[in-house]
Amino acid sequence: MQVKFQDVTMSYGDKNVLNNIDFEIPEGKLVSILGPSGCGKSTTLMLISGLTFPSGGKIFFGDEEVTKSDAVKRKVGMVFQNYALYPHLSVLENIMFPLKMEKRPKKERERRALELARLVQIEEHIHKKPKQLSGGQQQRVAIARALAKEPSILLMDEPLSNLDARLRIEMREEIRRIQQETGVTTVFVTHDQEEALSISDEVMVLNDGAIQQYSDPITLYKKPDNLFVAKFLGTPVINEIKVTRDSLIQNRLPIPEALKEDITTIGLRAEDIIVTSVPEEALFTGIVSHVARVGKDTTVHVVNGDAECVATDLAMIPQEGEDIYLTAAMEDIHFFNKQNDVIRMEATHA
Amino acid sequence: MEEIRERDIPFILKKSEKDKPQKEITSTGEKVLRGIAYVLLTIGAVTMLIPFIWMVMTSLKSPAEAVAMPPVWWPSVLRFENYARAFEVAPFGRYFLNSVLITSLSTLGELITTILAAFAFARLNFYGKNILFTILIATMMVPSELLIIPNYLTISNFGLINTYSAMIVPYLASVFSVFMLKQNFESVPNELYYAAKVDGSSDWNFLWRIMVPLSKSAIVAVTILKIIGSWNAFMWPLIVTNDRLLRPLPVGLQAFTTEAGTQFELLMAASTIVVAPMIIIYLFLQRYIIMGVSKAGIKG
Repeated sequence: MQVKFQDVTMSYGDKNVLNNIDFEIPEGKLVSILGPSGCGKSTTLMLISGLTFPSGGKIFFGDEEVTKSDAVKRKVGMVFQNYALYPHLSVLENIMFPLKMEKRPKKERERRALELARLVQIEEHIHKKPKQLSGGQQQRVAIARALAKEPSILLMDEPLSNLDARLRIEMREEIRRIQQETGVTTVFVTHDQEEALSISDEVMVLNDGAIQQYSDPITLYKKPDNLFVAKFLGTPVINEIKVTRDSLIQNRLPIPEALKEDITTIGLRAEDIIVTSVPEEALFTGIVSHVARVGKDTTVHVVNGDAECVATDLAMIPQEGEDIYLTAAMEDIHFFNKQNDVIRMEATHA
Repeated sequence: MEEIRERDIPFILKKSEKDKPQKEITSTGEKVLRGIAYVLLTIGAVTMLIPFIWMVMTSLKSPAEAVAMPPVWWPSVLRFENYARAFEVAPFGRYFLNSVLITSLSTLGELITTILAAFAFARLNFYGKNILFTILIATMMVPSELLIIPNYLTISNFGLINTYSAMIVPYLASVFSVFMLKQNFESVPNELYYAAKVDGSSDWNFLWRIMVPLSKSAIVAVTILKIIGSWNAFMWPLIVTNDRLLRPLPVGLQAFTTEAGTQFELLMAASTIVVAPMIIIYLFLQRYIIMGVSKAGIKG
């Protein structure tokens, strides 16, 4: 089911958690809502679920307005961070619970629950109680339960946060597989950018109750709309270099004169950085302070006073203490104005 | 008045010590402490048991042995016929049925009202909730003796004196039980409520299918307190009934106290009959009492 938010605002008392949010989640896609804690991502999920209602604006499921309908009417499935399995019911009874609430015949409930247990690969544990299962297994049961009534949309609130690192990667691939096998529209809330980028069709970045950017993962990474998105995605964090109109670099880069006034910051991804021997080409000049080798990766830290620049994937590994000139290809450089919004060069090239 | 005392609660609610891993006793100091603890516990247990044993033994004595000085512990002949005689002196069968009726109806009624009220206070949002709850709690501070006369007048105005209703209706609700269940209901994680909502469950279904099973131990504790209180109630049934045939067991025990003195052996036989069901119920329910609220399935 397609989900549409129209000018949705949510406030608790005086505090606005969401400010006039507009977005559309396309049918059959897996969309992540990504942001730091307190950005309003869980609130957005609660609003989609119908467990809370917006202070203003409208919510649509397909063509139907559901702003005032509760969770039962919206027929959503939801997976919680702490799984929220019913401790006194067996795995099978947990999965059957939503069907029981729909008063489906017992035979059908069991058939459907077993089918889902197979889908999430938990069928050998169906008679156990939740506490006898590992975290990953409990998560699978929670997913099966959420899918039981063939929900219009599947909502997942940080479903992987309670799992250890290895299991998290395994489960996120499982979620992707299950989503593709069932084709259910899925909204996945997370604060982990890697998680969001790796499994989503689309990612919505939220901060301070506003959508920062909503696009596919590649665009999000390659063409961030603002400095927040640029800094929130990617490890190591994008290098942020303050510039002024007088800066040398601006003279050397093919930037239209009219825009030079506006640019206050440039962003360089660590892996885009290249070393140059021509000082005039440098975007950042400094001394190599530290070279860290972790497995196949080498990270080079370059400092200049208080400013620091981190580079990876350099063709030549420099020595510590060496003077070094860093630059990048024009298309890999991100320019930001003083509102921290991106300034795109493509438009001005044409 | 039935007696439900707050101080009874902690003992009943305590989780089974068996669940905890046994600590290794290492130092001599710990051994001594543990020894002292056992001595104290033994003294406590014996103190609690002696009156009970005395009651059972006396119920089998002859009238002379029952009042003999120095006391006779073991009757020369076990007079089981005392039990039969007790039933002849007073209509104990009827008293027993009365007690069962009053206890079961008031317990059932209280459970329904307190579970619903506790759920409302724990989960629902309505205007004046906190003030209302505070007022309810405040009523617990009024001594029950103080309420005997006003309650009597109320019942009398309703025309319920000398009816079963007089002994049941005033006990269909209990603030203390509401308070206790509310605390327990609040410990059930919010996510379970949300999950149930999303799964299509109404508040009503959530309460009976999720909340109540998860709060089983607290509900059993409340039930036991209620049953004991109701079964042992003496003052109130005595006041509101005139008809012997309406009276419950504890009031019926008076039959053995006459102007000519008390027939202790018959009184003790009847008392044993009064106490026996409570012991059976306790033995049956204790495994629920010591079962903690299971929070498995919720992590974090």
